[in-house]
Amino acid sequence: MAAFTAVRAAVSFTQRFVRVSRDCSVCPLYRLNVCTGAAVDGFSAPNRRLRTSIGVCQSADSSSPEEDQRVVNVVFIDRSGQRIPVKARVGDNALHLAHKHGIELEGACEASLACSTCHVYVSSEHYEKLPEPEEREDDMLDMAPMLQENSRLSCQIILTPELDGMELTLPKVTRNFYVDGHVPKPH
Amino acid sequence: MMTMITLMRGSVMKIHGLSSASRCLAAEGGVRGLSSSSGPRVCIVGGGPAGFYTAQQLLKARQDAAVDIYERLPVPFGLVRFGVAPDHPEVKNVINTFTQTAQHERCSFHGNVNVGKDVTIDELRQAYHAVVLSYGAEGNRSMGIPGEDLPGVFSAKDFVGWYNGLPSNKELHPDLSFETAVILGQGNVALDVARILLAPVEMLKETDITQNALEALAGSKVRRVLIVGRRGPLQIACTIKELREMVNLPNTRADMLPADFEGIAEALKDLPRPRKRLTELMMKAVKEGGDDKAEKCWGLRFFRSPVEVLAGADEKRAAGIRLALNKLEGSGESVRAEVTGQLEDVDCGLIISSIGYKSIPIDPAVPFDPRRAIVPNEMGRVQDTAGLYCSGWVKRGPTGVIATTMNDSFDTARVLIQDMEAGKLDLSVNKPGAQAITALLQTRGVRMVLFSQWEKINAEEEKRGKSLGKAREKLLDVDEMLKIAWS
Repeated sequence: MAAFTAVRAAVSFTQRFVRVSRDCSVCPLYRLNVCTGAAVDGFSAPNRRLRTSIGVCQSADSSSPEEDQRVVNVVFIDRSGQRIPVKARVGDNALHLAHKHGIELEGACEASLACSTCHVYVSSEHYEKLPEPEEREDDMLDMAPMLQENSRLSCQIILTPELDGMELTLPKVTRNFYVDGHVPKPH
Repeated sequence: MMTMITLMRGSVMKIHGLSSASRCLAAEGGVRGLSSSSGPRVCIVGGGPAGFYTAQQLLKARQDAAVDIYERLPVPFGLVRFGVAPDHPEVKNVINTFTQTAQHERCSFHGNVNVGKDVTIDELRQAYHAVVLSYGAEGNRSMGIPGEDLPGVFSAKDFVGWYNGLPSNKELHPDLSFETAVILGQGNVALDVARILLAPVEMLKETDITQNALEALAGSKVRRVLIVGRRGPLQIACTIKELREMVNLPNTRADMLPADFEGIAEALKDLPRPRKRLTELMMKAVKEGGDDKAEKCWGLRFFRSPVEVLAGADEKRAAGIRLALNKLEGSGESVRAEVTGQLEDVDCGLIISSIGYKSIPIDPAVPFDPRRAIVPNEMGRVQDTAGLYCSGWVKRGPTGVIATTMNDSFDTARVLIQDMEAGKLDLSVNKPGAQAITALLQTRGVRMVLFSQWEKINAEEEKRGKSLGKAREKLLDVDEMLKIAWS
């Protein structure tokens, strides 16, 4: 098990490294000759038709070095109510951030606005600061159970400095399937 | 140290995977053979979204659980492969998550196994601590009207299966030489069928639609598609994404009846957001209609129920459909359609009934509710049958998108885990799992398709697709699939 913990640490270390320096020569995995180049690919993956919405894949690459250093504090609140504070960077994608920190947020369609599994509630003062959702996001949000005024799809949230302190709450979707006898709407 | 580096290399490659759950799964599964042979063994019947999402959750929640997925076809993924429309490839991205699950250390996919015929549920229950039924809905509701069996009438399930390469629908040969097609039902499946019938071939030719369907559609004479529902605009079952795709379909115009929309504008303000946006889009289509010069048209028709399929003069095939006009009684969610006595005949040569899929019983040992066509259950625990669970459409009925099934499958998995932890499932008994079932199947001459063998089929389909400029060209024949899998 120690090996795995070491690997997990190494991977997240590499990911942070790549984002900050892009200088492979200082990376331990590279120096140990075990770099697979996978970290550099970031959010893309070979052999998959990944159709993502504009901005999601660019976010990892297009931030300038000065912006990269700026920390954005985000708190995820999981389905059991547990608060998980994470330190992120300007330009990070909220869904990928959740995955990086092991938060149980699915992304079935892989950020291509074809599902609603990454649905979150945004803290109200930060909700105002997000750009308006595009029509396609609104269409998908309409299908999310327990839609609220402050609902967004986390795969469309790109972190900016003014989102510092944002809280993203995962909807308690599953409990309500039975507690109030709610019958799911057709489709 | 070198071992650690080799381990790291292997694990780094695995970890740079895809979704959160799969990432968590892969990370701890880096070394072969670590999984305990005395942990709980769970069997899942059905290799579609429900099966895979249930497996995913079980594997994550219990580090000692082994999960086996049994699937009747040689190929996995169920309706993600055979139901989702070819022009919705992003919806199919979820296959990547399922692939990660199937490749997990403690998960095994067994294709080409017909549960109920090759092996019984009781035999599975003997070999596993728990069995989860996730076999979906392979039947369809029938309209129950005269003329329903005439040539030219199809269930949406079969029509969708035809363009999506479901082996049992490969000989469908729908005749597309008629101008008007009528679809009964107004859910997302109905809209998918309408869109595929009217979409320009350019939109389809690079997708994974089957080549024979593509060629048939390229030569299609269908120019007008009516999508008929028995209630009103406020009860329409489709979602806004699919309706918007119809409104935006190139070279088509919307042909609606303003009379069907009386009183709707006034009702808008009280509607919840999703229903409101959907209704506003419909109203816009009524008002704007679209390009008059458009060659093709589609329309929604409300308050109409099919009562008879009318045969042509030669009595040999469908030439029209007789619809009864309804009025609405009741309010809110329980609005119902009541007959008025008025009738309307529509000339058409293609009739597609899209009024719902339907589950069928898999094994006499499993309770089944024929009225609701589901396996009776309480939160996923099959009634009166310890150790038997269900998830997906066979549990809730055939509605919902992949996300709905995902949440439902996670619920069943949670309930199963709870039962394990509460001692309701006796984990102290050692169960043989796949070993016993494989041996049993061998004695019956049944050979399985492993996930790595499906990957050969997958590679072949992608290769054939490439030469045609398409995402993939699906194999249509089970025997051909098996030949490639076992080559």
